[in-house]
Amino acid sequence: MTPNPAEPEPGTAARQAVMALCADASRQELQAVLARLDVPPAEDLRAPETGLVMATGRIGGDGRPFHVGEVSVTRAAIRLADGATGFAYHLGRDRTKARLAAILDALWQEPARRTGVEAALAEAAARAEAERRQAARRTAATRVEFLTVARGED
Amino acid sequence: MYVAVKGGEAAIDNAHRLLAEARRGDPAVPELSVAQIREQMALLVDRVMTEGSLYDPDLAALALKQARGDVVEAVFLVRAYRTTLSRFGASVPVDTGQMAVARRVSATFKDLPGGQVLGPTFDYTHRLIDFALAAESEIEPAAEADPRADAAICPRVTDLLAQDGLIEASPPDAGAPVGDLTREPVDYPADRALRLQALARGDEGFVLGLAYSTQRGFGRTHPFVGEIRVGDVAVEFVPEELGFAVPLGRVRLTECQMVNQFKGSGTAPPQFTRGYGLSFGQSERKAMAMALVDRALRAEELGEPVVSPAQDQEFVLAHCDSLQATGFVEHLKLPHYVDFQAELELVRRLRAEFERKSESVEMQEAAE
Repeated sequence: MTPNPAEPEPGTAARQAVMALCADASRQELQAVLARLDVPPAEDLRAPETGLVMATGRIGGDGRPFHVGEVSVTRAAIRLADGATGFAYHLGRDRTKARLAAILDALWQEPARRTGVEAALAEAAARAEAERRQAARRTAATRVEFLTVARGED
Repeated sequence: MYVAVKGGEAAIDNAHRLLAEARRGDPAVPELSVAQIREQMALLVDRVMTEGSLYDPDLAALALKQARGDVVEAVFLVRAYRTTLSRFGASVPVDTGQMAVARRVSATFKDLPGGQVLGPTFDYTHRLIDFALAAESEIEPAAEADPRADAAICPRVTDLLAQDGLIEASPPDAGAPVGDLTREPVDYPADRALRLQALARGDEGFVLGLAYSTQRGFGRTHPFVGEIRVGDVAVEFVPEELGFAVPLGRVRLTECQMVNQFKGSGTAPPQFTRGYGLSFGQSERKAMAMALVDRALRAEELGEPVVSPAQDQEFVLAHCDSLQATGFVEHLKLPHYVDFQAELELVRRLRAEFERKSESVEMQEAAE
């Protein structure tokens, strides 16, 4: 399959959003999420593996790509007993966490389980969102308000 | 004749045991955890990630602990570790325009859409040692405020100038393959993408010194900080088996857009030119120095005379890597007994010849 991020299949954006949630979550959060769900046994399609992805930037922020440096990434691929497959690629070196996320990816792809997976992830999503909102509020408090000072005689 | 020298195994083993004890320091003082280094020596961790060319805060913190805080040694450990891993591929180029900004300042525009936010900065501190930090103390919680309506959208300053053609556009993405100096040795002249990769992983001190040299007149570029932004950016990767961009998580990056004067040429009207810097973590000094040297290295492209070290790409690229530099400098302390023996023999022979000649001159003079 040729990668074509420009034209993803319908539903891909929702799957990407769940993957992003899992990437933001901690291992403990994903363990808690799976504990809330009825999970069939899973086998590894590929043993969880840590490797590298070369992070690319763009010259000037929006120009030709260049290589900034690598990021450590751990990937996992699993198959559930009922045949569904799931994948995960996460920053860092946590193989257990990547495998948990791959199981959640497989579960989410079955329409019947989708709502349950999203509900189980809601707490972790709210925690991540609250952290982002607080960071934005702290940053906002350091915004510079310039004052124009009149000089000279009027 | 080649003479192998053996021995020292016991000395080496014991030296490493001694190193482990020296690393630990006084056992009466609590041991540092990797998490403590990651959280409380964060800028040092960022530097090791940037120069180690691997984004992994826990690994960089561990490398620093192992290296007793020696940055170059920690970079060495991180670079060695990365060679043990396979590469899954290259990311989708990160979009710094979508950064969740933690800090953003411009020295060229006061009123930016999105605003100027200082974030956690040493700027405007008095640089007086704070003895209160020597004791464990409660800190005042950070202030909070409602973000203004425009805070979520922070266009790059260079995009604002570009609308009038006052500043050059970024080099367009023609889809050409991007060079990678970790895969192929650098061929000179190197293109700008390759130069930026080298500068991004280059030693901060070396790149800073070169940047400073351009300000002092060795390849002047008349720079202004168009914008510095620090914040979190999503990284995405397209795995072959999925065919769409998978979000890997967020990394903290620092970006510097330097705006420089350019008087124009026969074919180009006068306009501002640019230098670019991008680094892992919060590393403003590095991103700024990188942007200054990036611009200096564009001298030839912009029709400027190449007369200074910071404009000489072979000089800059071949010497900016701390690991390569330390490898060649520090190898001098390893045994060179045979080399030196040969040199010693040569010097003795030359001295003997010199003395023989002096004696014969003296005898001649005496005879005359």
